[in-house]
Amino acid sequence: MNKIRVGVSVNNDKIEFLCSPEDTVLDVLRDNLRLTGTKEGCGTGDCGACSIILDDKLVCSCLVLAGEVEGSEISTIEGMAIDGKLHPLQQNFLKHAALQCGICTPGILIAAKALLERNPDPTETEVRYWLAGNLCRCTGYDKIIRAVMDAAAEMRS
Amino acid sequence: MKYSKPRTEKEATDILLAEKGMAKILAGGTDILVQMKAGHIEPDLIVDIKNIPGIKDVISRDGGYEIGAAVSGYDFNINPELKSFAPGIAEAFDLIGSTQIQGRCTMVGNLCNASPAADTVPALLASNCTAKIVGPKGIRECGIEKIPIGPGKTSLDKGEFVKSIFIPSRPDFSSDAYMRLTPRSEMDIAIVSAAAFVTLDSHGVCTNATISLGAVAPTVVRVKEAALLLIGTKLNDSALSRMANECKKACKPINDKRGTIEFRSHVAGVLAKRTALLAYERAGEKIE
Repeated sequence: MNKIRVGVSVNNDKIEFLCSPEDTVLDVLRDNLRLTGTKEGCGTGDCGACSIILDDKLVCSCLVLAGEVEGSEISTIEGMAIDGKLHPLQQNFLKHAALQCGICTPGILIAAKALLERNPDPTETEVRYWLAGNLCRCTGYDKIIRAVMDAAAEMRS
Repeated sequence: MKYSKPRTEKEATDILLAEKGMAKILAGGTDILVQMKAGHIEPDLIVDIKNIPGIKDVISRDGGYEIGAAVSGYDFNINPELKSFAPGIAEAFDLIGSTQIQGRCTMVGNLCNASPAADTVPALLASNCTAKIVGPKGIRECGIEKIPIGPGKTSLDKGEFVKSIFIPSRPDFSSDAYMRLTPRSEMDIAIVSAAAFVTLDSHGVCTNATISLGAVAPTVVRVKEAALLLIGTKLNDSALSRMANECKKACKPINDKRGTIEFRSHVAGVLAKRTALLAYERAGEKIE
């Protein structure tokens, strides 16, 4: 088959992989690179479970073909804790119990991180709109919003 | 399926022309990947146009802006110049999908996906935008309303693709607006949408207007009769009501669980009024 060779940086590691034309970035992350923190939810860009940061933009990795990311920089949930120390967002998710089953959590953490990098002091409304593309069927969202607001406050201080 | 990444416009048209099966253009991919996964389409060839030089650029020219086919909603809306130049187009673009989708979706994709409910299309039409098309015979330009010809269908010939959309210069005291009705405030598709563009004189009297409607017919609708009723007025209640009535008459919507024909037609009039007023207010802020 006509495999495509792609060079990319994932969480600051330079790597190369071979993929089929149909493979998505999500397929490659999970199946080739064994980075299974990024989850597949709907597979059609509605739920945000597969969120990654691709060249500074928040995207659904299920809607990006692996062939498209040649030369790009990708950040996934695996790169969020540094040297074993959890990111303030991760700490606040634990503190507020902002998760139950956990399948949406990596995507929400990545999305929230992308928000705080652009806007360190978001209003609650801004957080809710920013995260509108991340579905959670357990928590009712409130604890997630509080965790993000608290993490933002902590990171500003 | 084959995946190709042409480096020039010529290479892209050549590959498209040579393909015997179904060829699809990929920019943001937020429509075609969904359609592929749903099994609605099975392309033989994907042509990723993002590596063509200039395709991600926003160029300021002739008092307007040329927006490349690979400029995402996120790129557009973090540009304060574009937002203040065309607030109606900016708000329409911003309404597409989630933050994640905004990182990828493009106006050209929205146009060429040819959905009657596409958010940017009524706004682009109200502002008289044009599309630049590259093809085997060279480059041609046409009004954006000539591209979608029915749900999922475009007028593009084999080998052709849209490389940019041009938002033309605006007279003084002009502005635009876009609104849609959706059951939810985020992550939804328009049941009805409307866009307005108005130009005022220095006394706040409307001298030119365009009204367009989305999701009420197989393609976007420009309602000339409605816009004419606003000219010479300050958008008083009676002018707005007559305008809304013309909009209602121009609707040929579908009847489905998301909205009946009567409901959609009525809402089209209401949204046309509101967008016209918002565009009027924005244009008025420039007087003094």
